[in-house]
Amino acid sequence: MNAVVTILVDGLTYASWLFIVAVGLTLVFGVLKILNIAHGSFYALGAYAAASFVAWGATLKWAPAWSLVAMLLAAVAVAVAMAPLTERGLLRFFYGRDEVLLVLVTYALFLILEDVTKLVWGANPYYVSEPYGLFGSLHLGVQTWVGYDFALVALALVVGGAVWWGLNRTRAGKITLAVIHSAEVASSMGVNVSRVYIGAFSIGIFLAALGGAFTAPMISVQPGVSVGVIVVSFAVVIIGGLGSIEGAAIGALIVGLARSLAVHIAPVAELFSIYIVMAVVLMFRPEGLFQRIQARRI
Amino acid sequence: MSADANPVAIPARPAVAPAVASALPAPRPLAGAGARRIALALVAFALLAACGWVFPRWLTFLLTMAAGNGLVSLGIVGLMRGGVVPFGQGMVFAAGGYATALLYNKLGFTDAIGLTLAGGIAALVLAVPFAPLLSRYRGIFFATLTLALSMVMYGLLMKLDTLGGSDGFNVGRPTLLGWKLPDERVGYLLYLLTVGIATIAAALMRTAFDSTRGLVTLAVRENELRVEYLGASVRRAMAINFVVAAFCAGVGGALVVLSLGHVEPNFSYWTTSGEFVFVAILAGWQSVVAVFVASTVLEVVRSFSSAYFPNTWQLALGLFLLFVIRFLPRGIGSLWTPRRGP
Repeated sequence: MNAVVTILVDGLTYASWLFIVAVGLTLVFGVLKILNIAHGSFYALGAYAAASFVAWGATLKWAPAWSLVAMLLAAVAVAVAMAPLTERGLLRFFYGRDEVLLVLVTYALFLILEDVTKLVWGANPYYVSEPYGLFGSLHLGVQTWVGYDFALVALALVVGGAVWWGLNRTRAGKITLAVIHSAEVASSMGVNVSRVYIGAFSIGIFLAALGGAFTAPMISVQPGVSVGVIVVSFAVVIIGGLGSIEGAAIGALIVGLARSLAVHIAPVAELFSIYIVMAVVLMFRPEGLFQRIQARRI
Repeated sequence: MSADANPVAIPARPAVAPAVASALPAPRPLAGAGARRIALALVAFALLAACGWVFPRWLTFLLTMAAGNGLVSLGIVGLMRGGVVPFGQGMVFAAGGYATALLYNKLGFTDAIGLTLAGGIAALVLAVPFAPLLSRYRGIFFATLTLALSMVMYGLLMKLDTLGGSDGFNVGRPTLLGWKLPDERVGYLLYLLTVGIATIAAALMRTAFDSTRGLVTLAVRENELRVEYLGASVRRAMAINFVVAAFCAGVGGALVVLSLGHVEPNFSYWTTSGEFVFVAILAGWQSVVAVFVASTVLEVVRSFSSAYFPNTWQLALGLFLLFVIRFLPRGIGSLWTPRRGP
């Protein structure tokens, strides 16, 4: 019984973290049709920015609870600084090119951002320990869980709810859905497509940075945090179906549970359990679990 | 590309050629082209051998790595000609490397040429079951499925202690046709072997690119459906390209391991695969020589920048890649290959 609870809770907290990162990736793919390798770099930027902002907050004698606000501000700062620069300064020159070539463009961006992060923050690890203790801990049976992990689950629910509400219940969201469906037709109906692109890309980057910022207290922030995130979040969005928000949620749950099952039952499989799920889904449902069938263009 | 799949028996070559003639180079008369190609390959190999003799040791090593890695990208270019890009060639690269290392360490088989062939065959054996599956995939799905497979391989290699775990293991010095390689010349001899095999592979790939199946591949890139209507099997062409690419990658992996003396799970990590695609995109799909030029460029940039600007070499690579994609969309090969077709 205890083992089952442990697996479920571990899987759920890991899935929440995955979802926050992957939902941004899937949104960017849905709107801009770019599978963004640099998403992991923005995640890393968020983590680094959070480390700096929380440290500043501490020097300004902010109460520890305000470190959560500092982390949120860090994610906003990354999105505001990087999104217009990347979308207007780089990506727009490549729209309409082959999807795989666009992956290469973001790979180049990933390489560039890796070094930029190192130049700005150096190679030494940063620790953001203050927020981790804020939520206390929770005793369930013989197990103890850190409250922060559950806060992450709450954050994932808020993010998922907000993205769903924003897309389905607001004017801007409906315009975005129109662009996702067909940018060309939306444009002919008078939609300013490039504005939607900037908006969606900014939100995508904000979500990546948010994931990074709120993960920062749980890890040591150092070069290399971006590399591991990328393929895992790829797995999530591909399992769920590229461009689908519900898919990202289901994909995150599947990957989270698969990983925690592997960790607790067959540790050997920890590293590749995720990719086996991804490969199997691709084999039987290449469009992902939640992707609508698309007409083949001749 | 056989007539039996086609109810109306149309001879193979004319069936494809007219429809795609505008996009394809005209098939050259084979005999003359073949002799010219062999002569060119021999001249190239003689030049490389002479250069290796006078070059300092670090430079021959760099060129050995460039040729070994270039073989992997050569296979990717073969797939790119059909419009698909694999993001997981690290899988077959690692298969070749590990097969070589295991044969050497566990079975005591030390012949360099045999080990190289074994590496290629191991990669081929690994790739064959996946080829029919992957041949149905295009674009981003092909890229991500190959990526997933290579990451499974990475996870396996990391966790299997019999395969050295996360550290991998070392490989000793190979022999060549029963001859123990002398200390002072081992680097040069492995260089000769690597560039020799790379030259042969380049010449063979060029021949394959200009063959009927190679032209079908090129036509698939233009319009898959029309190729099917004309009676050619797109899936078979794609599957064969994948297997050929795997063989190239396996041979490349074996050669790299022999010169490097070490193999590790990172061979199958996605960043390694990314570098192979990087080289293939840099080279473009028109020229086989460009692949090795691009691979050398990558190795030079990597070793010089990591020596002189250790913190910004990835930055330089990224900017370079963006520049090539933006301003040389057909790769550096397009600088000296005449543009044909539309």
